[in-house]
Amino acid sequence: MIDGVPPDPMLERRELIQRVAHKTLNRRMLASRAVIGLCGLAFVVALVPLFAILFSLVQKGIHWWGIDFFTKTPLFPSLIDPNAVGGISNAIIGSLVIDGIAALFAIPIGVVTGLFLAESTSPFANALRSTAEIMTGLPSILLGIFAYQMIVVGFHEWGIKLPGIGFAGIAGSFAIGILMIPVIIKASETSLRSVPTPIREAGLALGARNGVVARKIVIPTAMPGLITAVLLALSRAVGETAPILWVIGASTINTWDPGHEMASMPLQIFQSATSPYTSLREETWGIALTLVVVVLVINLGSRLLAAWLQRERR
Amino acid sequence: MATTPLAVPDPLLTEKSRSFSVKSDWAHWSVLYGVSGLFALICAVFLISVIVSSIPAWRHSGLSLIYGKTWSQGTDSFGALPIIAGTLATTVIALIFAIPIGIGSALAIVHLLPNKAKIFASSLVELLAAVPSVVYGLWGLLVLAPWFEQTVQPALGNLTAHHFPFDPPYEGVGILLAGCVLFVMILPMIVALSRDSIAIVPKEQFEGALSVGATKWQVLRKVVLPAARTGIVGAVTLATARALGETVAVALVIGLNPLFPHTLFSTASTLASTIALQFQDATPLQVAALGALAVILMAMTAIVNWIGRRLIRRTAVKAQFVRRRS
Repeated sequence: MIDGVPPDPMLERRELIQRVAHKTLNRRMLASRAVIGLCGLAFVVALVPLFAILFSLVQKGIHWWGIDFFTKTPLFPSLIDPNAVGGISNAIIGSLVIDGIAALFAIPIGVVTGLFLAESTSPFANALRSTAEIMTGLPSILLGIFAYQMIVVGFHEWGIKLPGIGFAGIAGSFAIGILMIPVIIKASETSLRSVPTPIREAGLALGARNGVVARKIVIPTAMPGLITAVLLALSRAVGETAPILWVIGASTINTWDPGHEMASMPLQIFQSATSPYTSLREETWGIALTLVVVVLVINLGSRLLAAWLQRERR
Repeated sequence: MATTPLAVPDPLLTEKSRSFSVKSDWAHWSVLYGVSGLFALICAVFLISVIVSSIPAWRHSGLSLIYGKTWSQGTDSFGALPIIAGTLATTVIALIFAIPIGIGSALAIVHLLPNKAKIFASSLVELLAAVPSVVYGLWGLLVLAPWFEQTVQPALGNLTAHHFPFDPPYEGVGILLAGCVLFVMILPMIVALSRDSIAIVPKEQFEGALSVGATKWQVLRKVVLPAARTGIVGAVTLATARALGETVAVALVIGLNPLFPHTLFSTASTLASTIALQFQDATPLQVAALGALAVILMAMTAIVNWIGRRLIRRTAVKAQFVRRRS
């Protein structure tokens, strides 16, 4: 310290900070390690249910898989024969038909609306985007009520008379399809938007109309994303139970006719899980394993397919 | 012949003709407007039909549908307050578990795991999100419920000498189990969305804070989490909406009982699960009452969702900004 020169306040402050930082280093490092350990622990805890569920599914479900399980209709266990459960062919057919029809009308509406949202900047498009976002978050049971009200019962207010058609597979398709549309809209808008503007402009510069640019340039370019969007929506739809709970009836016979009462895998799980018969409750694991395998195959398949298409293009 | 007189304006350059060639592909736009109009129409009909289906119940009970304290289908008295309480109770239990564990996992995925493991961990989380909700319900009912009944509930009961909040009877099913199943279901959502908003915090900020001597946790707490706050809150809000509206999984494990939940082990009922389970033998008036529950549920989730989307979109805008800058 030189006489007469006042001490530099900045220097003093820096020394103080360094001293404190040094003194608290151990404590801070300890706290840091502890919290990071906790974060890692949280991650492990988050994965426990996944493995627990998959383990239960495989352990209790795999032995149900067999020819009869996939090709026979269910039997009704009774006190005399409590182990008669039969197969789930009706539920598999029902799921195929219901989700197939749902996809058939949800995909065009979803993708075209997604295209509209990606291309238009009108207030209508913005309002529609918010509507789609809110629709994705709405509880799916509401769509069940909607399908029940509109298709099963019919609409009889304000002088409008729409006759209902009773419990039918098509009512389930209606609910599931409407559930899929906003999901497809959101995902396809994202992938259509990601098509670089210069490519669109190149098409327009060559004199192509908007429609031609959309059909021949934008949609083919965004195809991997669109396929993922559709398949992810489908994988969500296949597992949905709430919308079809009270609208498709619960048929126990094989039928491909969507105007008829039908069965479906998720519905079958819901019903068997609450059954008083142990054999039915146990069989639920077999159905659940089938359902999860279908969902995961669609889900992972769509991602792999998209990655593969992307690579092919380069 | 080859030169055009200047007096004739080039048709490609006039404003009107350009808007003709770019904008007025009327077939294209009419298809787009037609189909998206159809979607808008479906949404409108959906809203109207759910509200219309509930009209007889509002006529029957009026606003006591919302604040009435007894829900009894047998006597046609419809008061949804206990059911709303059950819905909120299960959602709160799920959030208490899911928020710390979800954010902790998101931090772990972004900042602790090596790069290769990150992708793997993210796909595991998405796998968890893809499992259908009825399977969670099944797992809760057939695996967790017996375990709760025999092990967890007596053990917790011993802590408080079998008094509040762990009163007997130990039945397995109840709001605690429903809350736990919901926790498992909303966890992937919280992890995935908050991981996205944590990942967009610029690396420079993280490294800058480390370089002035902060420990990793100090950086996460003082720099990363505040920067990602909006996105995380948005993730939690969306997860809340999901938990409020979850139907079949909760219906299987809540032990449907339209009374106020008094303890953590009480059976109760939620809006969605009541709709799912009481629909079967309902008279038209009872169907209308369930429709009224649906209207209440729709209002609750739509509001929560709308807030969540607003917050998430703010993060998305920020992400664009960050990407453009770097």
